[in-house]
Amino acid sequence: MSTKGRTDLDHYVLKLYVTGRTPRAERAIDNLRRLCKDELEGCYEVEIIDVLEHPQLAEEDRILATPTLIKQLPPPLRRVIGDLSNSDKVLLGLDVRRRDSRVQGEESLG
Amino acid sequence: MDEEQPLSAPLLPPGKVPTGIPGFDNLTYGGLPANRSTLISGSSGSGKTIFAAQFLARGITELDEHGVFVTFEESPEDIRRNVASFGWNLAAWEEEGKWAFVDASPDPDEEVVEAGEYDLGGVMARIRHAVTRTGARRLAVDSLSAVFSQFQDPSVVRKELFRIARAAREMDVTAVLTAERTEEYGPIGRYGVEEFIADNVVVLRNVLDEEQRRRTLELLKFRGTDHQKGEHPFVIEADRGVVVIPLTGIPLEQRSSNVRVTSGNPELDDMCGGGFFRDSVVLVSGATGTGKTLTVTHFLAGGARLGDRGLLFGFEESREQLVRNAAGWGVDFERMERDGALRVHCEYPEARGLQDHLLRVKRMIEDFAPQRVVIDSLSALERVGPPKAFRQMVIDLTSFIKQKSITGLFTNTTPTLVGGTSVTEAHISSLTDSIILLRYVEMFGEMQRGLMVLKMRGSPHDKEIRQVTIDASGMHLGEPFRSVSGILSGNPVPSREELARLEGLFPQE
Repeated sequence: MSTKGRTDLDHYVLKLYVTGRTPRAERAIDNLRRLCKDELEGCYEVEIIDVLEHPQLAEEDRILATPTLIKQLPPPLRRVIGDLSNSDKVLLGLDVRRRDSRVQGEESLG
Repeated sequence: MDEEQPLSAPLLPPGKVPTGIPGFDNLTYGGLPANRSTLISGSSGSGKTIFAAQFLARGITELDEHGVFVTFEESPEDIRRNVASFGWNLAAWEEEGKWAFVDASPDPDEEVVEAGEYDLGGVMARIRHAVTRTGARRLAVDSLSAVFSQFQDPSVVRKELFRIARAAREMDVTAVLTAERTEEYGPIGRYGVEEFIADNVVVLRNVLDEEQRRRTLELLKFRGTDHQKGEHPFVIEADRGVVVIPLTGIPLEQRSSNVRVTSGNPELDDMCGGGFFRDSVVLVSGATGTGKTLTVTHFLAGGARLGDRGLLFGFEESREQLVRNAAGWGVDFERMERDGALRVHCEYPEARGLQDHLLRVKRMIEDFAPQRVVIDSLSALERVGPPKAFRQMVIDLTSFIKQKSITGLFTNTTPTLVGGTSVTEAHISSLTDSIILLRYVEMFGEMQRGLMVLKMRGSPHDKEIRQVTIDASGMHLGEPFRSVSGILSGNPVPSREELARLEGLFPQE
């Protein structure tokens, strides 16, 4: 995946833990895909893990709730739980500013 | 979700899983209902985490049953450290695949944001995995209440906790779930739902009662199975964890034998209708110097002559003093000890708490296996703890002694010299089978001693107050104080005939 000249701090490594293929799990996956596309423009990796198939991974990441989204990189590690239907909260949880506000921020820097 | 569906749909009558927690299995007639969940609810510091860990540990050490411990509160590292003193090496068991933690404790450095609907599928999958991996038969979840503090939506947590309990059943494990409560006599769980999650409810209390900590355990709800009701004292012993003291777990087996044993004093045997009953407890009550210790000495020496072993707990006098007293009446305690017929154990009443005294007394009885047990005096122990705890201790000890077909003799020192009952008498008179009163009787400026058999359960007995004389060979019971009233109240009023008789008894020199 190309980083398009961005620093590593702009590269997101995300893990989404779900339980089976329930409607809630599907909803979370859809919500995450849309969010990444809109806000992280291709500089992200997403791994989707089913706790029923990989309980050991859930154990290592100490997953309680599903769905759980973990932002592994960039630091700090962040967790967001739920079906990710509230995208404002997801972005807040991941510490990602919305794209429009980020652009404005860059402008003011310049 | 159908979380309100009762979890105890009647299947087969459940068997019991022995917890291995000393005393608890007596109380529950065998342990926890198998394949069911039991809530252990208590305030912080009540010992519920220890109880839960002990349930798993004893499963491993005694039945080779493996266990999974789900912690929502303390870190596994804290738990490993906290229970190490009980001799449970969790790390080694984890290594051997006998114990597994599911660490669901909160990470204080990590902020969790909630963005939409969720369930606890993650922890459920981890529990199932751990149970499968270890082949666990026992599950502990500590604590349900702590789950609520990790999530914002209590209705989700409530629903998920029901799922965990249900899953435990499907997985064929016997589960102990703990819950935190804020008041000792308030709601079962802080969140009001905990008690409905489990099939059974056990409450642990840690009450401050007259400046003494008193721990009790109550089986509040034990569905469809026999169990003992009421609050039962327990202690947390430094080397073995929770030890429950069943108060009434024993009396069901209590036999009341018709076998008589000698009091060591033939005249007293006569008054009692042929001696004490073997499986009975006799209370000897009187002021200092009325002959209680002498009665004890006769009782032990009389038993030893017939080959009985006696165990004497002295809480009032030193060992030397007891030996010296006995020697004064021609009884050699030291030789009896050498012959294995006697063991004398003296201790300051304040040296330990009531429950510890009780445990120690019971342990020594188990070790020495005597036919006769003496507590001299019970009233000295009374000042160690609150009345309720004292009474419970006496009930427990009495049951224990009877169950072992031992004859018990407890003394009670009354505070006033003449007449008068003591608090101890009032508290425990209903618990002992027989009561012998020793009293001073003041007549014409002379102190005389009197003895009366106040109560002798299940037997006719002499109801007169007899005059007591004491010489180098011990106690002798003389004539009844006929026609004297008011001895027990401390104000004897002799009749005219009695005055004449008494004058004859004590001629001027």
